[in-house]
Amino acid sequence: MLKARVIPCLDVNEGRVVKGVNFVDLVDAGDPVEQARVYDAAGADELCFLDITASHENRDTIFDVVARTAEQCFMPLTVGGGVRTVEDIRKLLLAGADKVSINTAAVHNPDFVREASEKFGAQCIVVAVDAKRVDAQTGEPSPDGGRFEIFTHGGRKPTGIECISWAEKMADFGAGEILLTSMDRDGTKNGFDLPLTRAVADAVPIPVIASGGVGNLDHLVDGITQGHASAVLAASIFHFGTYSIQEAKAHMLAHGAPVRMDDEIKGPSR
Amino acid sequence: MTVALIDYGSGNLRSAAKAVERVMGALGRPDHVTVTADPDAVAKADRVILPGVGAFGDCRAGIAALNGMAEAIEDAIIARGQPFLGICVGMQLMATVGREFGDHDGFGWLPGEVRALTPRDQSLKIPHMGWNTLSVGDHDHPVLAGLTDGHHAYFVHSYHFLPEDPAHLLAVTDYGGPVTAAVGRDNLVGTQFHPEKSQAVGLKLIENFLNWKP
Repeated sequence: MLKARVIPCLDVNEGRVVKGVNFVDLVDAGDPVEQARVYDAAGADELCFLDITASHENRDTIFDVVARTAEQCFMPLTVGGGVRTVEDIRKLLLAGADKVSINTAAVHNPDFVREASEKFGAQCIVVAVDAKRVDAQTGEPSPDGGRFEIFTHGGRKPTGIECISWAEKMADFGAGEILLTSMDRDGTKNGFDLPLTRAVADAVPIPVIASGGVGNLDHLVDGITQGHASAVLAASIFHFGTYSIQEAKAHMLAHGAPVRMDDEIKGPSR
Repeated sequence: MTVALIDYGSGNLRSAAKAVERVMGALGRPDHVTVTADPDAVAKADRVILPGVGAFGDCRAGIAALNGMAEAIEDAIIARGQPFLGICVGMQLMATVGREFGDHDGFGWLPGEVRALTPRDQSLKIPHMGWNTLSVGDHDHPVLAGLTDGHHAYFVHSYHFLPEDPAHLLAVTDYGGPVTAAVGRDNLVGTQFHPEKSQAVGLKLIENFLNWKP
């Protein structure tokens, strides 16, 4: 059967990991490639780099990071952050990314998603959807609000776009996957926004990656079993060494969220 | 030994090439892999790998756009019998016909057609994306050596190859019904999953392919 995926996400700024655990055997804990290798060896199902480099001059650093990672990690790699043009996508794929995640550019120009999907195939186009609860009457942000709206700029800028129909539109435009982040939960460690996750996952025909709010291993289980997500993404619980990938997967497996455990393979290539 | 990895503008060739290089290095062999759009390089190659992502028709057109490439591939693997590995859409192109966005001729090396996945369970997502378990049954195909039922491989696709001859079906996975995971005959083999993205399982398959003497 198809397994739920566990995806660690690394924030990368000018080619360096912003938050990363100092695993004992790392030569350079700030090197995203070293972190990627640890996650690869630990059995992560995919890896995600979020490039948060602000300055335009230093944006090319991500290509080198991706290229060096692709030389050593033989699992799917998604790269997001600042993907705005077909050329951005082409360069990331050529460097060795398997998928790119489009966020703000999709909001500004939905046709960009269609263009990207037609050019590179839906399988490599992830649309990142940052959603926040708003009051259904006033439209003001409210953690108890019953309406989900798309926000940009790290959750600061409202767009007025309703989240569920937006996700459906992105699937229709050729997204292969939705990376759904609750901006209310992001960084809180209180768990995914499960009603949001389930509403989107049940609405779209494509896989949904749940993101934002993971603080413990039950949250990962809930994202799959209650949120109906196909994959769970987490950053801090892995980076700070709170839990290992193997602990996370063993817990998920034991609590009704089937995941891939280690396959015993013998051969010189390992 | 030279392995030609055919570059026709489709997808991420770097990771496929790096996976082959990794295995070659581990095997301690002086082989090299050439990522190439040059039919002459394919004609000289000892092994051919055809990757592919995107739509069937686009991939077929991408190869057709390289003057002499289709002929060079057929000469290498059909006339001269060099080992061939097709990956994902590169595997699907081995079929007679692909039915994605209209009907498109494949290479026709294995009779059969490429059709949309239609899982019985309507709630299953398309594309079929992620790690799924292989069933290799009682096949003892050398390229699948060491892979057993329950091993995971990484899939991402919405269509799959239905070979006419059941003997050409080497491995399946399950996604609301059986889904073709590997096909082959003689010196030809193809995987729907991505060995270059399937960690230890995938590297083992690549190792088997490099050692294969069909």
